[in-house]
Amino acid sequence: MALIEVRNLTKVFPLGESIFGGGAKGKVRAVDDVSLDIAQGETLGLVGESGSGKSTLGRLVLNLIKPSSGSVRFNGQELVSAGHSEMRRLRREMQIVFQDPFGSLDPRLRVEDIVSEPLVIHEHMSRDAQRTRVAELLRAVGLDDSVLRRFPHEFSGGQRQRIGIARALALRPKFIVADEPVSALDVSVGAQIVNLLAQLQRDFGLTYLFISHSMPVVRYLATRIAVMYRGRIVEIGSTEQITERPQHAYTRSLLEATPEIAV
Amino acid sequence: MSTAAISLHRAASRNPLAAIGVMLVALFLIFALFAPWIAPQDPAHIDLPTRLEPPSSTHWCGTDELGRDILSRLIYGARISMFVGGSVVVGSLFLGLVIGSIAGYYGGRVDRFVNIVVMNAFLSFPGILLAIAFVAFRGPGIFNLVLALSLGGWVGYARLVRAQVLTTREREFVEAARALGASDWRVIVRHILPNIIQPVIVQAAIGMAGAILAEATMSFLGLGVPPPTASWGSMLNDGRAHLFDASHLVLFPALAVMLAVLSFNFIGDALRDFLDPRSRIEAGL
Repeated sequence: MALIEVRNLTKVFPLGESIFGGGAKGKVRAVDDVSLDIAQGETLGLVGESGSGKSTLGRLVLNLIKPSSGSVRFNGQELVSAGHSEMRRLRREMQIVFQDPFGSLDPRLRVEDIVSEPLVIHEHMSRDAQRTRVAELLRAVGLDDSVLRRFPHEFSGGQRQRIGIARALALRPKFIVADEPVSALDVSVGAQIVNLLAQLQRDFGLTYLFISHSMPVVRYLATRIAVMYRGRIVEIGSTEQITERPQHAYTRSLLEATPEIAV
Repeated sequence: MSTAAISLHRAASRNPLAAIGVMLVALFLIFALFAPWIAPQDPAHIDLPTRLEPPSSTHWCGTDELGRDILSRLIYGARISMFVGGSVVVGSLFLGLVIGSIAGYYGGRVDRFVNIVVMNAFLSFPGILLAIAFVAFRGPGIFNLVLALSLGGWVGYARLVRAQVLTTREREFVEAARALGASDWRVIVRHILPNIIQPVIVQAAIGMAGAILAEATMSFLGLGVPPPTASWGSMLNDGRAHLFDASHLVLFPALAVMLAVLSFNFIGDALRDFLDPRSRIEAGL
C-alpha cells in the first residue's frame, strides 16, 4: 500500500466573487482530476511551470486546503473527511517546507520558539527536554546552539531554510511536502539544502513530495517524477523514464527549456 | 548620564512634540494617581463667600460659582479623564481585537456579516450619538459611560484589525503553524496578533485623545459622572453661564482638555512615525 493515495483530486477556485456571496464571475480549475500514489520512502518530484497548480496540489495532499472533490489517503486513512482532532493527530506525521525562507518563519519569535512550536502543540514535555530536542534538531540540519536565542531576520536564506526544515522534522514525520524549497536560494546554497534533504531522508526514512520548476534539481533528488500542466498530471513515471524517454510534448518542451547543469 | 537617559534625550530632541506629549501625559497621570495629595483643597468644598474669584495666590486657577477651588477640581478631573479614557480604549480595543480577528481570520460569511452589516451599521451614525442614547437609556454613571463610549469606539479598531489579519493570515508562517496542527486560537494569539499589534497601538494612542474628548462631551451634556465628582466636561458646563463675567471658569478646564487631547495625538503621531517602516525610511533611519 502506498503511503499517499490521491484519487480524482480537483480544486476549483472562484474568480472575482461578489461581496454578497455567490455570483462568481468565473472559475479556475487549479487542480483537475489528479490521481497519484507516493510509496513509503520514495521521493516524488512534481514539476511544472508557474501557475500549473503544483503548490495547490501540495497543500491539498496535506489537507491544508479542502478539495472541491476527490480523495486523499494517508497510510490508508482518508484526510478529506477527517475530523478536527483526527486531523490534528495526523499533522504530526506530515509536514511542509516552504519556498520562501523569509516568509515562513514568524519574525517575532526566536529560533528556539519556532523550532519548539510543534513540540509545544503536540508533546507534553518539560522545558529542558524541549530545549535538548531543539538543539538536536538544529544539529541535524547543520546549525549549532548559538542560534537558539536569535531572531529569523539575523539569518541568511539558506540558514532560514535549515530552521524551517528543523521545525518540520521536530515531530519525526513520515512525509514531507517540500514546496520549491530551493528556488528562492542561490545555486550553491540551494545545492546544500538539496543535499541536506537527501541526507535527512536517509537518516529519518522520510517520504517526499518535492515540488519544483527546476528539472535538474528534481532529476537529482526524485525517484519518480510527475509532470503537471494546467492543473493536470500529464505524465508520471520513473525519473529515468521521464528524463530519457518523455512521452508528452509538454515534458519534452520542459526538458528542452532546461539547460544542462550538473548538480 | 546613563545610556538610557542619553537615548531618551536624543529621542526628545529628534521629536520635541512627542516629548511634550509624553511629559504632559505623565503630568496628567501623576495628577490622576495622586490627586488627594497634590490637590491644595477638597474639590467639593463649597465656600460661597469666595465664589467666582479670579486666579490668585490662594486659588491659582480661581474659584467657581460655588467657591470651589478650580485647580483642585482640575486635578481630580484628570482622574475621571484618564480613567474613563483608558477604560474606553481598553474596552473598545478588546471588542475590536476579538471581532476584527474573527472576521478577518475566518472570512467568508462571518466576515461579510460582521464587516458589511454590523460595522457599517455602527459607522453610519456618530459614536457620540450612540453613547448619548445608551446613557439616556441606562442612566448616568461611570460604568455606563465607559460601556457607552466603548460601544461607539470599537468599530475603528475592528476595521483596522480585520484588514491587518486579512493580510497576515495569508503569510507563510501562519500556514506553517496550521500545518503543525496549531489551533485557530494559537494561530491568532501567538502568530497573527503580535505581528499586527503595532498599528493597533498607534490607533489606541490616538483613540485615547478621542476618548478623553468624548468623556468631556458627555459630561458637558450632563450624561457623564454625576456631581459633585469633578470632571473637566462638567466644569465647562458649570462655567458656561459665566463665560463673560468669569471666563477663567471655562478657560482652565478647556485648556486641560485641549492639552490632554493634543498630547495623546502627539504621542500617536510619533509612534506611527517610529513604527511605520515607510516613514522611517523617509526619515533616513
